[in-house]
Amino acid sequence: MTASTSAIPQSVSVDKGLEVCNLGCSREDRELFSGLNFRLSSGHAIQIEGPNGSGKTTLLRMLCGLRLPDEGEILWNGRDISEERSAFLSNLSYIGHAHGVKGELTPLENLRVSQAMAARNNSLSLDEALERVGLFGFEDAPSRTLSAGQRRRVALARLLINPTPLWILDEPFTAIDIQGQKQIETMITDHVLNGGMAILTSHHPLDLSEDHLSSVKLCT
Amino acid sequence: MTNASLFNAFLTVLKRDLTLALRTRSEIANPLIFFIIVVSLFPLAVSPESGLLRTVAPGVIWVAALLSTMLSLDSIFRSDFEDGSLEQMLLSPHPMTVLVLGKVTAHWLVSGLPLILLSPLLGVLLFLPFEAMPALLATLALGTPVLSLIGAIGVALTVGLRRGGVLLSLLVLPLYIPVLIFASNAIATAAADLSIKGQLYFLAAMFALAVTLAPLATAAALRISLR
Repeated sequence: MTASTSAIPQSVSVDKGLEVCNLGCSREDRELFSGLNFRLSSGHAIQIEGPNGSGKTTLLRMLCGLRLPDEGEILWNGRDISEERSAFLSNLSYIGHAHGVKGELTPLENLRVSQAMAARNNSLSLDEALERVGLFGFEDAPSRTLSAGQRRRVALARLLINPTPLWILDEPFTAIDIQGQKQIETMITDHVLNGGMAILTSHHPLDLSEDHLSSVKLCT
Repeated sequence: MTNASLFNAFLTVLKRDLTLALRTRSEIANPLIFFIIVVSLFPLAVSPESGLLRTVAPGVIWVAALLSTMLSLDSIFRSDFEDGSLEQMLLSPHPMTVLVLGKVTAHWLVSGLPLILLSPLLGVLLFLPFEAMPALLATLALGTPVLSLIGAIGVALTVGLRRGGVLLSLLVLPLYIPVLIFASNAIATAAADLSIKGQLYFLAAMFALAVTLAPLATAAALRISLR
């Protein structure tokens, strides 16, 4: 039951970013992980690796504050995330397995809701965001008529309209075709190279150098 | 977080849920039809005699309103829970209480308001005297929002369970009893041509209490359910 981290750059200032201290989680008497430590600062991405059932999704939900850690703590800019929740959440975008795209609403309506839910919006228009994730021409089709991959693209378009520094993505490439995977990979690497942070679970290798990318391995 | 963006978030959730409700119309229509059928069963089952129906009318209409609200409650959070929208709302920097209030308002507009509009018709069906009609409308106008608000707490607590339906009614129906007592008593009193100020004040107080406290409880319950 170990969790190992590799190549985490320690040079950046101590307080900024997300820090995980001695995090542990157990589920129905089974320990998923314990003693997990890592730090994520501006301009870096962390890829969480591990076999199915090793607690990747649970870890991501904990990092968002949807689930309370069984032990240890999660700090954002040096403070516990449950302490200043609203400040933490305005810096966070999370896309989970269930990505929250409403089938009865069109992609445009879905994004409009996400836009109002966010703390701040950037200048990118909703149409442009949809175009950049490859959904040009589907703005007004009910989302339930779209394919699974297209619906996931609607969810990913949220990352473009809400400019948050921290992205937490659970299997962002699921159901997306090869060309789309490239687009989304570019989206993530651009975000990281522009000083953003990303944590993702995926078996898809990211095109980032060692300086920007580290991995956290969960073992069962 | 300015007040304007907070109000905007409230309006967005309200508009979103109304759009969703209008696109899945059966969810609005079914509880309403249920309401009409339950009320019209009584003249058939008990007796078509006007004196008797007039006495039971306030209680019958209110019990039917409670049951039909129960039917529509689950739709407040169920589908949002299943497709992950609820997670996104909890992760919004806006306070969850405001978003919950938006959702409950939308629920009342599609389930409570139509009940109020239909009720005079059902009152006539049960020979409710004309003097009691304003009381019927007033109690429903004050009472149905309380039903939606209290019901939302129950749904929030049971949304994570696979078979929460029966548990939901066991949790929520007892909490509806005070509303039922004051409302049906007010209508009966109005039918006897007496003042119903007292009952209305009590209902208004319950409404004020529910609108301020229920969203807090609902938001906390949702946080627990999604854990």
